[in-house]
Amino acid sequence: MTFANTKATTYNDTVVRQFAIMTVVWGVVGMLVGVIIASQLAWPELNLGIPWLTYGRLRPLHTNAVIFAFGGCGLFATSYYVVQRTCQVRLFSDKLAAFTFWGWQLVILAAVVSLPLGYTQGKEYAELEWPIDILITLVWVTYAVVFFGTVGTRKVRHIYVANWFFGAFILAVALLHLVNSAAIPVGAFKSYSAYAGVQDAMVQWWYGHNAVGFFLTAGFLGMMYYFVPKQAERPVYSYRLSIVHFWALIFTYMWAGPHHLHYTALPDWTQSVGMVFSLILLAPSWGGMINGVMTLSGAWHKLRDDPILRFLIVSLSFYGMSTFEGPMMAIKTVNALSHYTDWTVGHVHSGALGWVGLVTIGSLYYLVPRLFGQKQMYSMKAVEIHFWTATIGIVIYIAAMWIAGVMQGLMWRAINPDGTLTYTFVESVKATFPFYVLRLTGGLLYLSGMLVMLWNTIMTATAGRAVTVQIPAAVAHA
Amino acid sequence: MDILFLLIPLSVSLVFLILGGLWWAIYRGQFEDIEAEGERILRND
Repeated sequence: MTFANTKATTYNDTVVRQFAIMTVVWGVVGMLVGVIIASQLAWPELNLGIPWLTYGRLRPLHTNAVIFAFGGCGLFATSYYVVQRTCQVRLFSDKLAAFTFWGWQLVILAAVVSLPLGYTQGKEYAELEWPIDILITLVWVTYAVVFFGTVGTRKVRHIYVANWFFGAFILAVALLHLVNSAAIPVGAFKSYSAYAGVQDAMVQWWYGHNAVGFFLTAGFLGMMYYFVPKQAERPVYSYRLSIVHFWALIFTYMWAGPHHLHYTALPDWTQSVGMVFSLILLAPSWGGMINGVMTLSGAWHKLRDDPILRFLIVSLSFYGMSTFEGPMMAIKTVNALSHYTDWTVGHVHSGALGWVGLVTIGSLYYLVPRLFGQKQMYSMKAVEIHFWTATIGIVIYIAAMWIAGVMQGLMWRAINPDGTLTYTFVESVKATFPFYVLRLTGGLLYLSGMLVMLWNTIMTATAGRAVTVQIPAAVAHA
Repeated sequence: MDILFLLIPLSVSLVFLILGGLWWAIYRGQFEDIEAEGERILRND
């Protein structure tokens, strides 16, 4: 069969290009807001007395922008690219794919406007008010139709492991969003959660933890299982292990949520169940991490001169580190020290900046030149600079938060011989000040790397042009 | 803790859904020539 360059014989890379560019743009925006609020923690006057710029309103803007705008666009871009390449078929529907792009950008814009104005449902990582929640649902269902429609019309019999991870991420996020965002609207921009008290807290952290597990882990593992082998030009270390990794991970993750509610009104046995499953999670997480890193076995020399591969492998190291730290912090006795301190903030950022950030950046450095018909990024020197600023930034950030967190935990629990508290709360805040400044420098370094990436992406895109890629002739056992 | 009457059945039904997915994958021959599948993505774009 020979067709001219018709739609059925080419990949839909338009939507991939759009999402890829917006990933970089939203990355800069989200991390900039992060730097602003980090400065506010050190110098509170920096909110300038303007309500819209206060910490309480900008903090959810930061988390929404980096998770759902930067991370979300990155996942859309890579999943659309990977599912087409591994299934050797064009996206199921161009129109629906375009709707997911514009719809998702509208969700982000709505967040950018409504959060600083103070509209919030007050649920962490699920702050957006009910009209936006409905739009998210529409976009997400469309995403599922496009993704699973593409898998369903695949020309390759085997479904590559990355697609399993992307698929699980899409289905789980749909379910989490629907259950946790259930609310009774009492006006156009105000609603109350369908749950109350500790019930609400449990639903919230069932959502919150699985958002970490499926949005920030499974989705990005899909990215990892495609782009690490591609960039290393070697198959994944053990394909068998990747299958075990997938099924074990998705089974275990959804029971671990209660570890966010240790020593609260939640029944003790529920907390213990959450803790035990969190410890079990170490096994599939490390299995996957080792599988990714060992993909380089026999080709370690590539790390010497390939900064993209370095992004990907260091991201896996941070994945391993934070999936070790997480189960440890879920142990109740450790949690008694770490909870409510900046240690948690450090843990989150070793996962977010280290794992999610670096794997996305590395994948984009692979993707962007190919989307614009180039061999590599405009400046590989800039990629190298980005790698070092980002890595040093993360290390400064998390080291500062570890020290601050343990110090806070120890100060809060210190008791005098007569039973009174040794320190007042404000003394622990004062002692944290230098670490807040240190964290800000780490964040600034990470943001500056992202600005270099934005420049490099613009230069690569303008030096090349949007190319249309042919789907290769049908494979043997289609 | 009425919420557990929602979350636990929901999670258990998810487990069955996951098992169903695994069952489908095994019996539809998804894992037959497993290590060759890792190689394939390197060959064609």
